[in-house]
Amino acid sequence: MSETGHSATGYIVHHLTNLRFDLTQMKFLHGEETGGFGVVHLDTMVFSIALGSLFLWLFMKAAKSATSDVPGPLQNFCEIMVEFVDTQVKDSFHGRNPVIAPLALTIFIWVFLWNTMDLIPVDLLPAIAGVFGIPYLRTVPSTDLNSTFGLSISVLLLLYYYSFKVKGPIHFSMEILTHPFGIWLMPFNLLLRIVEDLAKPISLGLRLFGNLYAGELIFILIALLPWWLQFVLGWPWAVFHILVITLQAFIFMVLTIVYLSMAHEDH
Amino acid sequence: MNFNATLIGQMITFGLLVLFTMKYVWPPIIQAMQDRQKRIADGLASAERGMREQELAKAKAAQMLKEAKQQATEIIAQAQKRANEAIEQSKLEARAEGDRQLVVAKTEIEQEVNRAREQLRSQVISLAVAGASKVLKREVDEAANAALLDDLIAQL
Repeated sequence: MSETGHSATGYIVHHLTNLRFDLTQMKFLHGEETGGFGVVHLDTMVFSIALGSLFLWLFMKAAKSATSDVPGPLQNFCEIMVEFVDTQVKDSFHGRNPVIAPLALTIFIWVFLWNTMDLIPVDLLPAIAGVFGIPYLRTVPSTDLNSTFGLSISVLLLLYYYSFKVKGPIHFSMEILTHPFGIWLMPFNLLLRIVEDLAKPISLGLRLFGNLYAGELIFILIALLPWWLQFVLGWPWAVFHILVITLQAFIFMVLTIVYLSMAHEDH
Repeated sequence: MNFNATLIGQMITFGLLVLFTMKYVWPPIIQAMQDRQKRIADGLASAERGMREQELAKAKAAQMLKEAKQQATEIIAQAQKRANEAIEQSKLEARAEGDRQLVVAKTEIEQEVNRAREQLRSQVISLAVAGASKVLKREVDEAANAALLDDLIAQL
């Protein structure tokens, strides 16, 4: 059980609170304190950067010694991942763009690693952090809206960047104004386009966040149960969660590819 | 749970990750995979070529074997023919030789016979002369009868 919250509610709230550092005041925030946009979730940042580094370290190690001879186990694994992502990209994206495939690989592995943090027992890392005097710790970056929206907004920016680059400003504006109902329904087209483009990052970010947040919440609830019941419920949920974490990473990657291929194609 | 600077931090982290992946991760791995694919394709192609070549060689070998067999048959037939000819030739020669020897023998025999006959004749003559001389010892003069005897010899 948690070291601060004695009630179940306190325990849950404590588990759902990030380690917040206010950059404007240069101090940690505690309890109910709220900060503005200058607050950074240190736990989210540290874990996502660490997981990103793990991804890069692993794949760069494989890339450095990549041979066309018989591959070793690490190279084999990386090649399977690369091939898998490459197939997905080739299936739905028909243009030539050297960014999309590495982007998709990064999203898939990074998000997968984020989500995998959910399988670590909910109390383990916060308890260890507590020993070192860190009061709050959320270990799963994808249960932080900032992470998932950081990704989805980046994807949206890329979407616009490539739309502009491939179609040119005039063609792109024409597409926004005249699609799908023709030139005479221009305002309606524009409205529809705004809704459409808002829906993309929101659905991307919220889907990942919602799935993983719910998963974590259920792990926390299971952690509140008596110890003999924890395993009975926690084990099947963790097994089921293996599917969820992979699926969510996959969905995020595929939707990114689809959106970007839409940015490259004329309607 | 609200938006804050973490969002910007995550976007920057993401951008850096993508950049690194694009530069250092993706190209070498995909390059290695493509190289391997090419090598495997090449290997398969050369295996195919090797197989075709082997088939060709097999056909060629069979052809050569057939030709060799045919040649051997021809040679054997020729040899047999030549052997037969030789046999015939020697038969002929042997027959001619035999004939020749037969002739020689015959002439020899004839000569022998003639000689024996001559001998016999002269002996008969001597005997006849001896007999006649014994019979005619007394009254006939040898010289007076010589002409008569020569006449007799000529008749023999």
